[in-house]
Amino acid sequence: MMTTLIRRAIQAGFVVFAMTLIVFVGVNVIGNPVDILINPDLNQAERLRVVQNLGLDQPLWRQYLSFLHGLSQGNFGDSFVYSKPALDVIVERLPATLELALCAMVIAIVVGLPLGLYAGLYPERLSSRLIMTGSILGFSLPTFWVGLMFILLFAVQLGWLPSNGRGETAEFLGARWSFLTGDGLAHLVLPALNLALFKTSLILRLTRAGVQEVVMQDFVKFARAKGLREGRIVLVHILKNLMIPVVTIIGLEFGSLIAFSVVTESIFGWPGMGKLIIDSINLLDRPVIVAYLMMMVVLFVSLNFIIDICYTLLDPRVRLDGKG
Amino acid sequence: MDIKLADAAEIAVTEMPPPRRAWPAIRRFFSAPAALFGAIGLVLIVTVAVFAPLLSPQNPYDLMQLDIMDSRLPPGSESFAGVPYHLGTDGQGRDILSGIMYGLRTSLIVGIASALVAAIIGTTAGLMAAYVGGRTESIMMRLVDLQLSFPTILMALMVLAILGNGVTNVVLAIIVAEWATYARTARGTALVEREKEYVEAARCLRIPGHRVLLRHLLPNCLAPIIVIATMQVARAIGLEATLSFLGLGASVTQPSLGMLIANGYQYLLSGLYWISFYPGIALLITIVSINLVGDRLRDVLNPRNAR
Repeated sequence: MMTTLIRRAIQAGFVVFAMTLIVFVGVNVIGNPVDILINPDLNQAERLRVVQNLGLDQPLWRQYLSFLHGLSQGNFGDSFVYSKPALDVIVERLPATLELALCAMVIAIVVGLPLGLYAGLYPERLSSRLIMTGSILGFSLPTFWVGLMFILLFAVQLGWLPSNGRGETAEFLGARWSFLTGDGLAHLVLPALNLALFKTSLILRLTRAGVQEVVMQDFVKFARAKGLREGRIVLVHILKNLMIPVVTIIGLEFGSLIAFSVVTESIFGWPGMGKLIIDSINLLDRPVIVAYLMMMVVLFVSLNFIIDICYTLLDPRVRLDGKG
Repeated sequence: MDIKLADAAEIAVTEMPPPRRAWPAIRRFFSAPAALFGAIGLVLIVTVAVFAPLLSPQNPYDLMQLDIMDSRLPPGSESFAGVPYHLGTDGQGRDILSGIMYGLRTSLIVGIASALVAAIIGTTAGLMAAYVGGRTESIMMRLVDLQLSFPTILMALMVLAILGNGVTNVVLAIIVAEWATYARTARGTALVEREKEYVEAARCLRIPGHRVLLRHLLPNCLAPIIVIATMQVARAIGLEATLSFLGLGASVTQPSLGMLIANGYQYLLSGLYWISFYPGIALLITIVSINLVGDRLRDVLNPRNAR
């Protein structure tokens, strides 16, 4: 057990290291930082001075080492746009994205799980078929277009909900959150629904497939034969056995929610990390781009690491050290 | 007499219709109404995209044909010269319908090209891994696992952050983001096929490795790869539209569907819905049609479902 964990941790560390290399080489070799970083109006002498200041005249391996050195201290350089350390700029935006992703996840679970349960228990009913067709639409509809249609319908035509920004925020645990104020909550509804759409369909289909599998099992038949109430069978016997795959997916998909919030945040002007990275790519704000990418790499590698550990703890059949 | 019999037999053999394995499959394919809709939609879309210059009322790239006086007209209105704009015009006075027809071209080309290249790279990698085995396989599959643990949009963003914006880079980004799916599928199928007797027979005949791979393994692994490729075209079109919408993709002068939708974004709050709405519908029809066809292909091509 311990060896497996250590081996996995080393692998995760190696992956992060490899990604630093890829990101560094990508940004510094394929893209030319001199063109990006230096004001084209400068004359030759000034140019040279800036190049030296930034250490771009050094050999590549030395640049990489100083990049790694900065990384180990969380120092990605200052953002060109905000004139603040890049990491600070990103961390400032983290609560907004987390809030959005968490709300979307809650919506996906609250809507997807019961509907999936229903569609799985009564697959022949017309309403179940409608739910399943709806979930296909949820998969096929491009998220950003649905977001636009939300704005059109709820913000422009009906005028019920605001469509831009976070609204009023309140301080809690040292960060500012929208869901604590009425105005912020109203701002949160549309983006959260938009982001939740895809995951709702996913959880719905997963739950339905799981229910249909569990219903066939002997212990459910036995519970029925024993004359247990249907509600108890569903809640205790079926739902409990469903939770393992569903919880796994929820854990796995949370990371992808944060990644996909890029789209939703751009549409609804939500000032989170996703909007920041798009703006930074368009403005060529290199330190922020590098910091964001590295943060995402660390996030996903750690998520996978945690999920791997949970697997071994929950299910002894999973042998991580087995041949992949 | 004997000779004649033999001749007759030969004639009978040559005149026997070739084994028609394709027909039942095609018939089965269309037996589901959803697949029929999908196929019709797909044919329609491809036709419109291919013959866009002939079908469209206007060439949206030709600045001479645009008139700023005609900008932001609602659907159903007419231009100053009396040409009808069935779906309205955008901010530059471009006919939305023509824009969609030309936009479909860009979207389809990007989608098909990236899915195709990703399929070739991924399938090669997967087959190689399964056939060679050993260390090559484990390293390659670790790479695939690693890549699949990152969401596609993040991989695409990473590529675009490094390479910069543009259509070619979007195609590259989609290839980088999607090849691993093919590699995993190809390897999975090839691992099963590798153990079968025909591969062993080919090996016993000392047929060179690349030939076994290309002529024996590949054709038998193709069915699931085709299914995935179909679905991936839809995903690639959606991804391209998303990236273009975010301002990272196609150029303004040669808009894809995503770009058209993005153009309408700024007018949305003033209620000019048609600029974003109709290109979105076109995108939706494209994606759903491809997915319906792919879904049915999976059912038909899966030997376990054959009856």
